[in-house]
Amino acid sequence: MPVRISTEANTMTAFLSGEIDHHSAAAIRDAIDTQIQINRPKLLKLDFSEVTFMDSSGVGLIMGRYKNALTFGGRTEVANMPAFAEKVMRLSGLEKIIRFYKEK
Amino acid sequence: MQVINEMKLVIDALSVNEGYCRVAVATFVSQLDPTIEELNDVKTSVSEAVTNCIVHAYPKKRGKIYITARLYADGLSRVTIKDRGIGIEDVKKAREPLFTTAGGERSGLGFSVMESFSDKLTVRSKPGWGTSVTIEKRIAGKGK
Ligand SMILES: Nc1ncnc2c1ncn2[C@@H]1O[C@H](COP(=O)(O)OP(=O)(O)OP(=O)(O)O)[C@@H](O)[C@H]1O
Ligand SMILES: [Mg+2]
Repeated sequence: MPVRISTEANTMTAFLSGEIDHHSAAAIRDAIDTQIQINRPKLLKLDFSEVTFMDSSGVGLIMGRYKNALTFGGRTEVANMPAFAEKVMRLSGLEKIIRFYKEK
Repeated sequence: MQVINEMKLVIDALSVNEGYCRVAVATFVSQLDPTIEELNDVKTSVSEAVTNCIVHAYPKKRGKIYITARLYADGLSRVTIKDRGIGIEDVKKAREPLFTTAGGERSGLGFSVMESFSDKLTVRSKPGWGTSVTIEKRIAGKGK
C-alpha cells in the first residue's frame, strides 16, 4: 500500500510513498478518506517524504483531501514535499491555501 | 537533424500502464545522459500525456496509446503520444491552466505541466480523429 496512516490525538498523518500518478492515487485517496471519515481529525498531515515521483494527479489528490477534511472541520498541511515535485506544486498554486513545510 | 535512435510502443490505454509508459520512455532517453532533473521532466510530461489518453480519449471503447520517441544527434529528445479517441474540440482552450472537462479530482494542470517541463509542446487534435501530443526536450546532460 503506498500510504500508511497514523492517528494521534486530533492529528491524522498520512505517509505517502512511491510513485503518485492517476493510477496509484485512487487507492491512496480511498485509504485516506476512509480514515478521515472514522477519525474526523482537526489536522490532516500529508507527509510526502517517501514519494519518488508525482505528476498533476498529486495536486488533485491534495486538493481532494483538503476539501474532504474540511467537511469534517479539519485543516490540511503538507509536509516534506521532495524538491523534484516543487515545480508541479508551484504551478498548482496550492501553496496559497495550504501550508507546506519541511521537517528535516 | 539526424535521428540517432527511435522506439515505438503501442499499449492499451489502461491506468495500470501509466508507470510502464513513463519509465520506458525515460529509460530510452537516458542514452542522452540526462541529469536527474531533466529525466524527471521527461517522465512527468510523458505521464501527463499518457494519463490524458487514459482519462479522456476513450470514454466508451477500449483504445490504445501510440508512443514514438526519437533521439537526435544534437541532444534533442522528441516524444509523441497519440490516441485515436474522441479528440479535443478547442485545443487552445484545453491548454489553458486549470481548464478541465473531467470532474472528480482532475486539476486541469496536465498541459501546463507538459509545457513548463519541456522546451516545446505541440498538440494536434480533431474530434473523432484523436489527439497527438509532441514533447520536445533538449538534454544538455551531465557532461555540460
Ligand atoms: N488525449 C485527449 N483526448 C481527449 N481530450 C483530451 C485529451 N487530453 C486532454 N484532453 C482535454 O483537455 C483538457 C485539459 O487537459 P489537462 O491534462 O490540462 O487537464 P486534465 O487532464 O483535465 O487534469 P489533470 O491533467 O490536471 O489531471 C481535459 O480536461 C480534456 O478535456
Ligand atoms: Mg491531464
